[in-house]
Amino acid sequence: MSEIFVSLPARTAPVKTEGFVPWVRSNFFSSVPSSLLSLLILGILLWVASGALRWGVFNAVTAADADLCQAARGIGACWGVVNEKARFIVLGRYPQLEHWRPVIATALLLGLVIASCSRYFWKPWLALLWAGVLAAFFTLMSGGVLGLTKVSTDQWGGLPLTIMLTVISMTMAFPIAVAVALGRRSNMPAIKSLCVIYVELIRGVPLISVLFMASFMLPLFMPVGKSPDVLIRVIVGITLFAAAYMAEIIRGGLQSLPKGQTEAAASLGLGYWQTQLKIVLPQALGTVVPSIMNNFISLFKDTSLVTIVSLYELTGALSLAVGSDPNWRPFKIEAYIFIAAIYFVCCFAMSRYSLWIEKQVAVGKAR
Amino acid sequence: MQNSPSSPSLIEARPAPPPKRSTFSLRSNQVRGLIYQVLALSLIIFMVWFLITNTLDNMRSRGIQSGFDFLMQPAGFDIGEDWIGYDSNNGYWKAFLVGLVNTLRVAIIGIVLTTVLGTLLGIGRFSRNALIRGLCYCYVECFRNIPVLLQLLMWYLIFTEYLPQISQAWNVGNLLFLSKNGISFPSLVWATGHTLALVGIGCGAIAAYVYAGRARKVFEDTGKLKPVLWTTLALMAGGALAGWLAGGAPWQWEIPKMTEVQVEGGGALTPEYLAVLIGLVLYTSAFVAEVVRGGIASVSLGQHEASASLGLSRSHSMRLVVLPQALRVIIPPMTNQFLNLTKNSSLAVAVGYPDLVSIANTSLNQTGRAVECIAIIMAIYLTTSLLTSGFMNWFNARAAIKER
Repeated sequence: MSEIFVSLPARTAPVKTEGFVPWVRSNFFSSVPSSLLSLLILGILLWVASGALRWGVFNAVTAADADLCQAARGIGACWGVVNEKARFIVLGRYPQLEHWRPVIATALLLGLVIASCSRYFWKPWLALLWAGVLAAFFTLMSGGVLGLTKVSTDQWGGLPLTIMLTVISMTMAFPIAVAVALGRRSNMPAIKSLCVIYVELIRGVPLISVLFMASFMLPLFMPVGKSPDVLIRVIVGITLFAAAYMAEIIRGGLQSLPKGQTEAAASLGLGYWQTQLKIVLPQALGTVVPSIMNNFISLFKDTSLVTIVSLYELTGALSLAVGSDPNWRPFKIEAYIFIAAIYFVCCFAMSRYSLWIEKQVAVGKAR
Repeated sequence: MQNSPSSPSLIEARPAPPPKRSTFSLRSNQVRGLIYQVLALSLIIFMVWFLITNTLDNMRSRGIQSGFDFLMQPAGFDIGEDWIGYDSNNGYWKAFLVGLVNTLRVAIIGIVLTTVLGTLLGIGRFSRNALIRGLCYCYVECFRNIPVLLQLLMWYLIFTEYLPQISQAWNVGNLLFLSKNGISFPSLVWATGHTLALVGIGCGAIAAYVYAGRARKVFEDTGKLKPVLWTTLALMAGGALAGWLAGGAPWQWEIPKMTEVQVEGGGALTPEYLAVLIGLVLYTSAFVAEVVRGGIASVSLGQHEASASLGLSRSHSMRLVVLPQALRVIIPPMTNQFLNLTKNSSLAVAVGYPDLVSIANTSLNQTGRAVECIAIIMAIYLTTSLLTSGFMNWFNARAAIKER
């Protein structure tokens, strides 16, 4: 009567969902259209990559020899132009013998900026350090004292100019932006409308028109016969431009703060400035650091526009270096790729840093 | 207080507070606010006065004339690209108008193309195919980390250096010609039929609008969905066809012809225009893609899961559930990107495309009227910016959550 026990056949192991092969299957070949698309894209990528490698590496000429480059034209890149002109592109028209000066000055400025990013340096003496480094920067760059030869500002150029324009405009724009952002939120109608007009006016026009204004109209605005240097005029223009955008960012930070904070401060008996400086601004600025960083990146890219009002920063120095030399003029695209890579590395690094800060801010907020 | 616990007496009523005297004090908020505002205003007025007197002094000492009367004088320079029939005998005002039209040509077409490309790239970041995700990511990082001016210059260089001479133009089926002088393509010979077709499309759109209203009412009453999208397309296509047939069905194209030295006829786009358009579109698309990605990421995961559990397919869930919610987050930053594109079109001056800024720059150099020319540029850009943001605010108000 008793039946013989027959076990069921063993089930197969479940389909693997971890590991390399399942990952490839789910990410590239999850369905028929997806597989076809993957193959198509892979094919195109391979074709483009092999072409780029052949042009940029295997057939490329790295020697600074215009004849060799001319011979390789069309089949290989001519990195010789970078080899030959890199110094001019990066440092502009600064006198050859004095090249160590912009290099050291820029290194100082960059070191200061990087140091200011770390929490360890957020002390009152940082302001003094900034003043000291800026003074050293300008002394080194313009010379005329301490036995350094004088170099006029129209000879400054290349990467040092780009970095200087960005850092200095941003630093000067910051206090203006805080003031305008506070002004826009104040309940005094005259001050509020002045701030609104300023911000909307600047944000409504392109940077290039602000630069035109700085270079053509500012000389007219000054007392007769007293026109500031073109570099100073351009810095003023960029500062006013950057301040309007930063004011809007800071206003966003101010708005994100709950009203209870100011009310609590008022109930403790703090006055307006005490409330702003001790309660509101520290919290508001903390939240907008990533946006300010993004603003910094876009300003870094936007400084390329000063070449239109004939200041030779990175882009302008390139046109000057390569465009004026008939031997190398045909290989401008390689030079463009070179400075595009410089810009890319700087901006990409900064945007990674901004993401990192964003995470840090989020850590502080997490409960 | 008396010592009898049985009859508690009331505390005596406090006297009424003395009537508030309006006191004048330098420390009161009102007075201080007034003082600050008066100070700020007088400072601004003083600065403006200072600048204006300086400007007038400078102009007198340099012999610069001022005023907008120069707009009526003949401009005396030619403009490579003009769509409104300008020649060098026309006044400066007409040159500025040409510049404005050229700016708008770049801006409007650029905004349309950017929206399409940017949205595709943004959605691509959520693809299940890792290659597409990776490509979209690389695109965004590459294009937004290189200055737009550099990109414009590179495109212009590619168009003017690496494309063949016009005599050896790349030829696609004898219809398209691509060379250093730009691109030539077949253009329509405009006839009444085409105008009528446009009118037909307009009528179709109005009919579709009425139909959509009906369909919504039917949906709210009975819950039945009507195919609004297809009906709209059908109505507009039908209107266009009817108008075209009524106009005698004109079917004539002007096809560019290759002669010994040049390509004649047909429509043409110059390399300057192409460089500006392509550069701006590729650059701004990277930012728009990030905006779209951020918007989609802001829709909570529960919405995806809920729509999946209701049985919606991935594309349906994207179109009907996720995108309408993401749109609310997307619109304000998207407005900023459109404005950025319009403002960045001023960089056309670097590649010699005759946009507003470039024309103003030429006029400035010819007449020396810096204040007036820059004021014109700023006024026009301000107006465009304010109009665009006004329109987008209106659109945003429509898309925003209707709260009671």
